[in-house]
Formats: sequence, C-alpha cells, structure tokens
Amino acid sequence: MTRKKSATPAATESNAKSEPVLSATNIVKELGRGAGTVMALKGVDLQLVPGELTLLMGPSGSGKTTLLSILGCIMTPTSGELTVAGTKTAGLSPDELAVLRRDHIGFIFQSYNLFPTLSALENVRIALDVRGQKGYEAARRCEEVLREVGLGHRLRNFPGNLSGGEQQRVAVARAIVSSPSIVLADEPTAALDGENGNAVMELLARIAHEQGRSVLAVTHDPRTLPYADRVVRIEDGLIVGEERRPEGLDAPEITDLTKRRKAHA
Amino acid sequence: MIFTLAFRNLFHDRIRLAVTLVGILFSIVLVAVQLGLYLGASRMITANIDHADADLWIMPFGAKSFEDGGLLMGTRERHQALATPGVAQVTPLVVRFTEWRKPEGGSTRVVVVGTDAEEGAVKPLSLKTGTWEDIKAPDAIAVDETYLKDLGVDGIGDTAQIGPSRVKVGALTSGVRSFTQSPYVYTPLSRARSLVGAEGSDLATFHLVKVYPGQDVEQVRTSLLNRLEGAEVLTTEEFHQRSLRQWLFRTGAGVALIGGALLGILVGTVIVAQTLYSSTKDHINEFATLRALGSSSGYIHKVILTQAGLSAVIGYVLGMLLALLIVLGSQSTPLPIVMTPQLAAGLFTVTVFMCAISAVSAIVKVTKIDPATVFSR
Ligand SMILES: Nc1ncnc2c1ncn2[C@@H]1O[C@H](COP(=O)(O)OP(=O)(O)OP(=O)(O)O)[C@@H](O)[C@H]1O
Ligand SMILES: [Mg+2]
Repeated sequence: MTRKKSATPAATESNAKSEPVLSATNIVKELGRGAGTVMALKGVDLQLVPGELTLLMGPSGSGKTTLLSILGCIMTPTSGELTVAGTKTAGLSPDELAVLRRDHIGFIFQSYNLFPTLSALENVRIALDVRGQKGYEAARRCEEVLREVGLGHRLRNFPGNLSGGEQQRVAVARAIVSSPSIVLADEPTAALDGENGNAVMELLARIAHEQGRSVLAVTHDPRTLPYADRVVRIEDGLIVGEERRPEGLDAPEITDLTKRRKAHA
Repeated sequence: MIFTLAFRNLFHDRIRLAVTLVGILFSIVLVAVQLGLYLGASRMITANIDHADADLWIMPFGAKSFEDGGLLMGTRERHQALATPGVAQVTPLVVRFTEWRKPEGGSTRVVVVGTDAEEGAVKPLSLKTGTWEDIKAPDAIAVDETYLKDLGVDGIGDTAQIGPSRVKVGALTSGVRSFTQSPYVYTPLSRARSLVGAEGSDLATFHLVKVYPGQDVEQVRTSLLNRLEGAEVLTTEEFHQRSLRQWLFRTGAGVALIGGALLGILVGTVIVAQTLYSSTKDHINEFATLRALGSSSGYIHKVILTQAGLSAVIGYVLGMLLALLIVLGSQSTPLPIVMTPQLAAGLFTVTVFMCAISAVSAIVKVTKIDPATVFSR
C-alpha cells in the first residue's frame, strides 16, 4: 500500500472517485518446485477501478502474466489477498473460482485462443453458453457485440479465415459479451501489426470508457501507451512505479512521462 | 453449443473418427455375433423342451439334456404318475440317438423323437410341408429340410432305413436344427420304439406331465417324487436351464462365446478410450480456454461425454447394419446367428456404456487442466 500512496496525486483522486472492482494486496506467488522454485511475485498491491484502461508493463519474466493469472482467478496466490467484485477469493474451490471468472471477468489472450472449429459467432456464443445463456436472445446479443467490434460481416467465418486483427476482435467480443466488470488482456497486440494493434487498443479503450469496465492489459508494446489512462510498471515481481494521465491531458503526455522514466533509469 | 462443439471436435479429425467408429463397429459386430451364436445355440438346445406342452418332466435320475435320457421308464411309472393327485395327463416321449442309413449308402447319426402329438407332448416344431396325419402314415417320419442333404434324401416320399426298418419322409420341418448336428427325426411313439430297438415295449425316455389348471406345480412335483423311485422331476424351465448348462458350460462352448463377446467389449473400449483421449488432448487448449472463460467442469465433461455418445450412436448404427448382414448370411448355416430386439437393445446399452467408460480417461485428463496454460501459448 505504501508504494501505491507514492503514486501521482491524480491516482489517489481517481481511486477516490469510484470503488475498486478488483483489489489485490501483498500478492506473493512462487512458481515451480524444489530447487527450480521461482518467486514470480514478491508482494504486489494493485487495484482496478471501473472506466479505466490500465497497462501493465515490464521486462520479460517480470511476472506480468503471473499477476494477470492471479487477478483473473486462474492461479491462486501463494499468499496475499485478492478481492474480486466484493468477493474474497481465499479458500475458494476451482469451480467457485470459475463462477467468479464467469460472472465478473473477461479474458483476451495474445494468441486469441479461439476455437478453430467454431465460427466467429459461435466463438462468442460459447462464452454465453457456459453461463447458461442460450437461444435466440443470446445469439442476437452475440451478433450485436460482433458488430460493435466491426465484424458484422464476418459472423459465419471460421478463425482460419480471419486475419489476426479480426481474430483478436472476435476474442474481444467474446470477452465482453457477458458484460464483465473486469477485462484482462495478456499482450493483446503482440501478434498484430501496427494498424490492427491500434484497432484492438482503441476497442479496449472504448470498452473502458464507454462501457465503464475496468480493463487491464499486459503489454510490451509502446504503441499501446497513447490509449492508457494509467500505466503500472512491474519489475522482478514488484510494482516499481505507476503513472496516470493527468485529467484533461492527451495521450502523448503519458508517452512522454514514460520516456522520462526510461531516461531516468 | 455443447453438441456443436462435440460434433465439430469429432468430425474435425476424420481419420481419428474413422478409427473410433471402426473400434465401435468391431466391438458391436463381435459381440453381436458371439451373443447371437449363443442365443442361436441356446434356442437349438432347448427348442424341443420349450415347445413341449408340459408342466413337469419325469426323467431318469441325472439326465443332463433332451438327448441324454436313455430308455428306462415304462408303464409302471406312467401309472404311478397318473395316480398322483393334481396330475391331469402323462405323455411318454422317446428320444434316442440311432443310425440312419442313407438310400445311396453310408450312414449318419440321428435323434429319433417319438411322441403322440395329440396327447400333448412334443410336437414337431414348425411343420413346413405335410401334417401330423402324414407322419402317422405307415413308415412315415418328419425331418428338417436343412438336413435333407446330410440324410441323403431329396424330400417328401423319399425313403431310407433306420436299423432294420424302412422310413419314409412324410413331412418336413423348417429351421429345426440340432446342436449336436444329429438331425431330429419325428415319428409317432410306437414307431419310435421300434426304430430304436424297443419294439413292443412300453419304455420311454421322459414322461411329460400336465397338471390340472390351478394346481400348485411344486406340490405335484413333491408328490411325484415321493411315488417315483430313481426318477427326477423337473419343471420345463429347470430342464431348459439344465440342458443349457450341459451344452454351453460343461462343454465350454458357451464360455468361449461369452468370453469372445467380453473380449469384443474390452477391445472396443480400449480403442474408443484411446481415440477419445487423444482427441481431448488435441483440444486441451480449447478446454483450458473454456475453463478460463468460467465454464464449470461439468460443462467440459458434457462436451466429452457428448463426443462419446455421438460416437456410440454412429458406431452402433453402422455396427448393427453390418451385424444384421452377417446374421442374414448365417441363416442357412448349421448354426444360425440369432438377433432379437432385446439383443439389439442390449448391444446399444453396451455401446453407450463402453463409450461412457472410454470417456473416463479423457475426463480425468481435462480435470487436471490448469487453466493457467491459456496464457502460455
Ligand atoms: N511454471 C513455472 N515454473 C517456474 N517458473 C515459472 C513458471 N512460469 C513462469 N515462471 C517464471 O516466473 C517468472 C514470471 O513469469 P511471467 O510469465 O509472469 O513473466 P512475464 O512478465 O509475463 O514475461 P513475458 O513478458 O516474457 O511474457 C519468470 O521468471 C518465469 O521464468
Ligand atoms: Mg507473459
């Protein structure tokens, strides 16, 4: 918590504005066994609030994916406390964690993880199907979301017949179709070229700003910075810094901020 | 969506689907043929017993089957039986192996079955050509059309010899085959006695007892046992079971057939389990994604079970078609395969059960999925 307090004043203000929908405190995660044990996270505090696109940046091996897995209730922390949408995750069974994910979290993956044997529409529908939402209403909702991400003309295409950018947009549609309050993305643009990457980032920003979701994206990619409301930096399993775009400032500012930090380091 | 996903997973890899289906098909055909042979053999063994119009069978002690009775009981036993309270009718029956001499030379063993059908004993099963009256004509007998060639005759009117006596084919049965491969020769009681060398005697192999309607068969049996020395009294059902035991289990034939069927189920299960497991392994990332999306483990199990169920249904339909062709083809052989609606339903149950068991290894596999793998691809 101390590190968090040392963040920019804007961050404190913004946090005060709305309650965090996800809150992680002193998360420690050990990976591997025996001599190969790695302490991937060494005491991470992080909060996500609605309506913000947060970028999690850091060098390779710094623990970004591990942190995202824990925040998404896919991994359980070795120690520390995680609260998702008001529910403490400690002691929950795998199926109870699945319910928490189902009800509150949408995921976007670097390699899309679409089902190759299902069409774009079916790939989105399955996300509602696992929630027990079937039938006409569900199908209509899925079509609508695919239109939102600009794929109204690709409903029946299979992933194999979609470009990488289109596939990732299907994945975005799948992540948001159930209206989760939290969207977690692991390097969503890493496999995409600039234009497609920008399109996906724009979508994520819109999801945060227009739909009021809390979006956290892990990224290496400096091109994603202009879309961020907040950038959290992680190094060697620890949060080492956090910057926030000051109210009213345009995206480039935050890019500059980052550059300054880099120059500093 | 569960069905869609299962269906697509299944048809995604056609070669694996083919292997799965061949596995199921192989099992079904093997099990159908083995059990069909078992049924066919059972029917053959017990046909005469089942068709007899009797509540109780009086037989020499220790008779193991229809063909194993000897010629021991005479009029004395018959009268003792008739004098037993509750007994309505007692019909003697002669069953005896003997030698049939073909008109063109050579001989073969036959089983002479002597009965006076109007008295309610064994009727020649399914007379196809001719009537019981034709069999009562001098020298007349009935044989099954399937065995005409073995008996060296062509049909009605042809003659041959049994012992010193001339016999003439007076009627033909259809589909009455003998498990011992010695054809049944049906003829009236007294002629049967003379054909087996007991001319003029009152001997019989069995006495078939009808009790009065409403009588307690068990009680009548007890009374009969008290009066008759050295004889056994079995219900038709008991005799049926005893004959089956004798031929199918003492001889090992039934064990071989049932063992073959079990082997078929085992091999099929292994093949289906193997293909289902490898399919699940191939789609493991998708199952991990489903898990990350928040699906319950039950949802994923349902996908796998649906895959198994679909394989079962498709495999069953194909397997049954092939099995029915084999059944049809076997009808003119000495041991026709029998297919009944019960056997068909049983096979379906076995197939579904087999596929469900096969799904276990795949389900264990997905249960161990770590959804964290979704990020490390
Ligand atoms: N299963 C595992 N067993 C042991 N160590 C692991 C395991 N998975 C990851 N690690 C280690 O944990 C650390 C954090 O890994 P993580 O995948 O979170 O890094 P990252 O920041 O996502 O890296 P990248 O940018 O390369 O994706 C790394 O040092 C990694 O080697
Ligand atoms: Mg990573």
